[in-house]
Amino acid sequence: MEAYKRVALARKKTRPTGLDYIENLFTNFIELHGDRCFGDDPAMITGLGFLLDMPVTIIAQERGKNTKSRVKRNFGSSHPEGYRKALRQMKLAEKFNRPIVCIIDTSGAFCGIGAEERGQGHAIAQNLMEMMALKVPIVSIIIGEGGSGGALALGVADEVWMLENAIYSVISPEGCASILWKDSSKTKEAANCLKLTAQDLLELEVVDKIISENHRDFKLVYKELKINLYKTFKKRKVLPKEELTQLRYERFRKFGAIEEKELID
Amino acid sequence: MMNKVLFKKPKNELETSSRFNRKTNPAIPQELCRSCPSCKNMSFRSDLEKNYHICSKCGYHFRINARQRLNMIYDIGSFIEHNQNLTSVNRLDFPGYTEKLEQATLFSHEKEGVITGVCKISGFDVCIFVMESSFMMGSMGQVVGEKITQLFEYATKHHLPVLGFTVSGGARMQEGMLALMQMAKTSGGVKRHSDAGNLYIAVLTDPTTGGVTASFAMEADIILSEPEALIAFAGPRVIEQTLRQRLPKGFQKSEFLFEKGFIDRIVPRNLHKETLSNLLTLHLAPKGGETHGSL
Repeated sequence: MEAYKRVALARKKTRPTGLDYIENLFTNFIELHGDRCFGDDPAMITGLGFLLDMPVTIIAQERGKNTKSRVKRNFGSSHPEGYRKALRQMKLAEKFNRPIVCIIDTSGAFCGIGAEERGQGHAIAQNLMEMMALKVPIVSIIIGEGGSGGALALGVADEVWMLENAIYSVISPEGCASILWKDSSKTKEAANCLKLTAQDLLELEVVDKIISENHRDFKLVYKELKINLYKTFKKRKVLPKEELTQLRYERFRKFGAIEEKELID
Repeated sequence: MMNKVLFKKPKNELETSSRFNRKTNPAIPQELCRSCPSCKNMSFRSDLEKNYHICSKCGYHFRINARQRLNMIYDIGSFIEHNQNLTSVNRLDFPGYTEKLEQATLFSHEKEGVITGVCKISGFDVCIFVMESSFMMGSMGQVVGEKITQLFEYATKHHLPVLGFTVSGGARMQEGMLALMQMAKTSGGVKRHSDAGNLYIAVLTDPTTGGVTASFAMEADIILSEPEALIAFAGPRVIEQTLRQRLPKGFQKSEFLFEKGFIDRIVPRNLHKETLSNLLTLHLAPKGGETHGSL
């Protein structure tokens, strides 16, 4: 399938959002709010719940389902307080030895005056750094759009999974077309070039698993995710802490197709 | 019709250069003098070089390349470069990227957007990286990420402090997700270096934006910056387009970030070496109070 079709599918308004996944994957879910510094970000939902019989920390980006909730959720674009809230919950997960599930669905971290004032870059950077050393298993699932740094701030995980029609990209195809070719009509070509589909990213080893959407039968998707998450956490929970973080470090350390050129004088 | 003739694009290079010369100053050759973009004051290049490329009238910091910056910082003859021959591969077959890399190499006389190595600063051994703005705007691709991560790994192994000068347009989009992954990779390197009790000082220079701001630039123990440098996650143009409103003056300049508490100190370029050696001394000199001697 053409890359741009996937982009359209990933952004489709009727697609299940973070809240649907929370509802269908976990029981006893209780939402916990606030970053203890500035405020609470409705674009980022954090809380606790049971994955079958296993207590887990859940961090999910939520874009909203109708106009009203989309405005409330800021269309899924977090402010720095969202990322700080997520980090706070992850640290608690580490303290109480709970695995972490991150559900990624955002067009990107919010860019606006308030977000810059409160250190969007700093908040994301802290998450990348701290997640790398968390001593509990982390799985990140990209369910719709994975937009650049705003998605990666929840994406430093032991395993990163992607739904069949999700996308994960360094820049939106629109942004790429307008910056590189100064021509927003070239969005489709940009989508192809950026290699942002699940299949492309599996080949590049950016993601570890593609979750089939079974012709949009999401009941089956939830079931498959539940089983896979449980199995993965069970397997990783018994690893020594050093090995767990070492494996995570190596997972990201490997990216770099580099050749050494001889000096030509 | 008339307008089209007046505002047409020049057809050949000669036409452009003649226009260009008329617009600046015809009497003074560009090689000898530079005019300050901020106050329009003309200074001789030789004077500028002596004054750390700072405008003597208004204090504007001209952009300089990585080698010039390195020369201002390390003790003479002490720099040993690491990984100087690493070059990027167009793994995504992104159209035009291979040519762009070649052009950038020719233009900047560097092989990639960052120079890394070890040097001495006021006698202290330091791992240093300096990003190069003239190589694709210091954008972070796989090689930049690799060189910086290797530097942090080297510093961790040898218990050395890291000093980094950042200048970057963000992640290099021609490398797609592989560029984004460098943010995580470098952050991992910084984290391990930090957890082992080592010092990391970053100096943010104009402009530091995007994926670099959201990774190793903002992860330092001590964050310094040059005056008036643009430091942002999303650049001002992106924000203006998204919000469709003009941004306040001085927004996202280092003074603004300083006020918001994201920068330890704003240090003019002529005081870099002095400030850095003071910080290094405070961290690395033999510690008082730990030995058993009497006062």
